[in-house]
Amino acid sequence: MRKGRHGVEISIAVAEAVAQCDVDAIAAYPITPQTHIVEHLSEIVAEGELEAAFIPVESEHSAMSVCCGTSAAGARTFTSTAAQGLALMSEIVFISASLRLPIVMALVNRSLSGPLSIWNDHSDAMMIRDCGCVQVFVNNGQEAYDHVFWSFRVGEDPAVLLPVIFNMDGFILSHVIEPIEFVEQDKVKKFLPEFKPIHRLHPDKPVTMGAFAMPELFTETKQAQDRALWESKPVIMKAWREWKDLTGREYHPVETYRAEGAKTLLVTMGSIGETASVAVDRMREAGEAVGLISLRLWRPFPTEEFRAAVGEAELLVVIDRAVSFGYGGPVASELRSQLFSLAKRPRVVDFIVGLGGRDVQPGEFEDMVKKARAKVEAGREDEYEIYGVRS
Amino acid sequence: MDEIGWKELEVGCAVVEPGNAGAYHTGSWRSDRPIWDFEKCIKCATCWMLCPEACIHQRADEFYEADLDYCKGCGICVEECPKQAIRMIEEP
Repeated sequence: MRKGRHGVEISIAVAEAVAQCDVDAIAAYPITPQTHIVEHLSEIVAEGELEAAFIPVESEHSAMSVCCGTSAAGARTFTSTAAQGLALMSEIVFISASLRLPIVMALVNRSLSGPLSIWNDHSDAMMIRDCGCVQVFVNNGQEAYDHVFWSFRVGEDPAVLLPVIFNMDGFILSHVIEPIEFVEQDKVKKFLPEFKPIHRLHPDKPVTMGAFAMPELFTETKQAQDRALWESKPVIMKAWREWKDLTGREYHPVETYRAEGAKTLLVTMGSIGETASVAVDRMREAGEAVGLISLRLWRPFPTEEFRAAVGEAELLVVIDRAVSFGYGGPVASELRSQLFSLAKRPRVVDFIVGLGGRDVQPGEFEDMVKKARAKVEAGREDEYEIYGVRS
Repeated sequence: MDEIGWKELEVGCAVVEPGNAGAYHTGSWRSDRPIWDFEKCIKCATCWMLCPEACIHQRADEFYEADLDYCKGCGICVEECPKQAIRMIEEP
């Protein structure tokens, strides 16, 4: 195990974090841009550095099915996928949440085909939005590394018992070398207790998991599942607090950057927020009251923290990374709903950017802020725009 | 089946009590029920063998009848009885 600060490819750091969590089972099918994570894990297992079952499978559907089995048997379980892989696995992802199995998934965000694209956007994450898993987005390599530990801690808590998906942008994070602060193993032990499921598949105490539910019971099962996801929030907050106490690194459900007193706020999810922060610096230097909100916790949605972060802002410029075809940007549509019941609410302008790996530069955020103001003035704030598209 | 609330469900809706299918009274689906005519019945047990629900049992007097907690009223016993000793009547 590494100690201290190292320049490492982020996928490698994520794989090493999974090994530090002493997982029992890994099942995944290789897909770009997730490949380096599971390749490195297979090496770690093959070298005898981690005693775990690395289970090769013929598809992502099987990968997630295996994960359900191992997690149900009480094994700490990890998987990772992206885009088409997630689409194939999605049937079982929904089931893993309803079975309350705390599988951890690194979702290395990539655009859904077609046309075929291996590059980054958030169409895969948006496809799986309603799966019932805890879902977070990370902005850089350190956050990706840290959230491996956090995901197991949150998911396996007896008060939660839900799968956790942490989203990290494909290539922009997965294939980039960054300095990472590695965590000492004694701190990991302190932070991450042994996984003790409430029910596990064992012949000594037979249980049935995944039975069917008649109409007179199904509604109650969904209420229980929905409440479970909402009730994960205190555990989520506690895990971040304890991580800060151990490492000094602090995380919040909604991160802000120079948002205080801002009249205009950019809203991002994932690594694009770091680019946007450069634009915020430039605009602040030019005397403009512009700040940034970066949504970290996606499900359960942090309503209170989001509204607090918006504060007195008059304009939100939402940066969506996916299209809800025939509707607009999925993040902006949710944020509008979060604000609708407030007596005083900001204008919301929606830009869909960075699809299929299209590069987004700081100057483009400055341009979007200008365009957003013009849209509001022209009374066209409801018209979402796929930004930078050539005519 | 007792109607249970959402807070009473096990985590992940696990079924923790083995062999509890008996608690589910599938007979509630039935719209017609079988009636035996013991004057015609020859105690051959054909109905007992062919009942897909295995809910027909032999009484102390050796005649057969259905357990109405589980009989779904399919009428296979009526169809198969060699003596036409069973008929279906509408549920009261």
